[in-house]
Amino acid sequence: MKNKNYPFYFTIAALALYSVFVVLPGFMGIAYSFTDWNSYSTEVNFVGLDNFRIIFSGAENYTDYILNTLFFSITTIVLKTLIGLGLALLLSSGVRRFAHLYRTIIYLPVVLPTIAVGLIFRSILNPRTGILNEFFRAVGLDSLAQGWLVNPDIAMLSIIGVDTWKGVGYIMVILLAGLQTIPQEYYEAAQIDGASSFDRLRFITLPLLMPAITVVTVLNLLYGLRVFDIVYVLTGGGPGYTTDVVFTAVFDEFSKGRYGVGTALSSVLFIFMTVISFFIVRRLTRNPVEA
Amino acid sequence: MLLNKKILIPTRNNLTALFFCLLVIIPVYLVIVNSLKDSAQARTMSAALPELLHFENFITVVERGKLAQTFVNSMLYATSATIISTLLSSMAAYVLSRNKSSLNRLVYFFIVMGIAMPLNFFTLTKIMQLTQLINTQVGIIVLYAATQIPFNVFLIYGFVDAIPRELDEAAIIDGCGPLRLFFSVIFPLLIPVVVTAGMLSFVGVWNDFLLPLYYLNNSAYWPMTLAVYNFFGQYQQDWNLVSADILLTVLPVLIIYLLGQRFILSGLTSGAVKG
Repeated sequence: MKNKNYPFYFTIAALALYSVFVVLPGFMGIAYSFTDWNSYSTEVNFVGLDNFRIIFSGAENYTDYILNTLFFSITTIVLKTLIGLGLALLLSSGVRRFAHLYRTIIYLPVVLPTIAVGLIFRSILNPRTGILNEFFRAVGLDSLAQGWLVNPDIAMLSIIGVDTWKGVGYIMVILLAGLQTIPQEYYEAAQIDGASSFDRLRFITLPLLMPAITVVTVLNLLYGLRVFDIVYVLTGGGPGYTTDVVFTAVFDEFSKGRYGVGTALSSVLFIFMTVISFFIVRRLTRNPVEA
Repeated sequence: MLLNKKILIPTRNNLTALFFCLLVIIPVYLVIVNSLKDSAQARTMSAALPELLHFENFITVVERGKLAQTFVNSMLYATSATIISTLLSSMAAYVLSRNKSSLNRLVYFFIVMGIAMPLNFFTLTKIMQLTQLINTQVGIIVLYAATQIPFNVFLIYGFVDAIPRELDEAAIIDGCGPLRLFFSVIFPLLIPVVVTAGMLSFVGVWNDFLLPLYYLNNSAYWPMTLAVYNFFGQYQQDWNLVSADILLTVLPVLIIYLLGQRFILSGLTSGAVKG
């Protein structure tokens, strides 16, 4: 009866498109990781674990790209969650009249194209003419004027800063919605019992906000591991290779025609993220009524 | 104490919020004012107001950046991919949610896993070649539609449960077939979530430049994002023109965001918070 009214063919088009263009390349990639596939020859030979040896031996910087990706992911998770939480708390209870307007403005960068944001910040962070250094020089803090995107020591931190600027509104909005699910009575009861505002944050807000904090951490992690646009536009992986991440390296391999190594690198990330998402999605879909 | 509570704390809070708003607004402001300056005045991308309003910058970039063509391309990709993906996703989500057989649960799980899956651009190239879709506009639309499916199915699936099954039963008794049931009864009720999914898809496709970077060599097919990046490469010295180009590229998503804010924000939070 159910199959008659809710026929399976409704799902086939979506399932087919998704399988062919998203899932299939991932699994084919695993197979091609063990070959010397490249753009110069039509022959594809089995080379065993050679590509993985190149990636993990540390001889060609790939381990640095992986570490950069992890560093970027972890740092942006921490920054966006902390700032996003602060802003969510501020907008949910600290300000009354303009909360809606503030939210609209702070969320705005999320919908802007990364490419546009990157170009704007390349100008703002320009060491000679950029407005940020101009500002520091104007107020006499010359020592703070840096080569934001050209100094190898801080280029990655600058990218993280710009990425946080762009993404924190997203995290704030999710946490804000999480805060709204906490019943007001809890706070009133705690206040009668004499709990300080810090106690209320520590013992009511944070524990009850944990599900939302978990969600934003997962979202930030998935984003961070796949980051490409913002790095590509701001530094292109430079200076040197100091800001290269997995997906800028993948693009590099693609341009150079070294498909074997590139697909192996992609596959490492594919397997890692598929395993993570298996557990996340299982949690997410376990209780369909709530999810 | 009272003074503290009534005036000082709210003032401090509002100033903090304003500070963060200012951090957001300054870069946007810089783009707007510099897009109206002449090349010399815009060189340092300063915050100063333009001496004269050079509206002709916009005409210049539209001509030199071939923005009419790239705008049409972006519109074509974002609109087609959004329609295909939201339509196919609603059909799938509807059946997967209404008929929770063990096969359908597995299919749902399999599709939602895609939210986190990174694309393998190398083997995807192979598939694009095999299907003759590489370097074609149809190809890029199909790719965008495919990559948007997992999140859209996830978003719409939760919403289908909220539609009472009695409606289905009544329609079935009245003799509706599955297609008619879906398109005349269910789909109209799904409109709010479909609008949300559609807006998120549209903005996502409009803002993307990764897929064209890999799969569109022909510059006549480029969307606005890739074109603005290329334009920047050619006119790095003319920040007034680059700013004008950026502004025109951002404008459509800005309009969608300001008009459809309610839908966009509800979509982001509906899946996230309760799960």
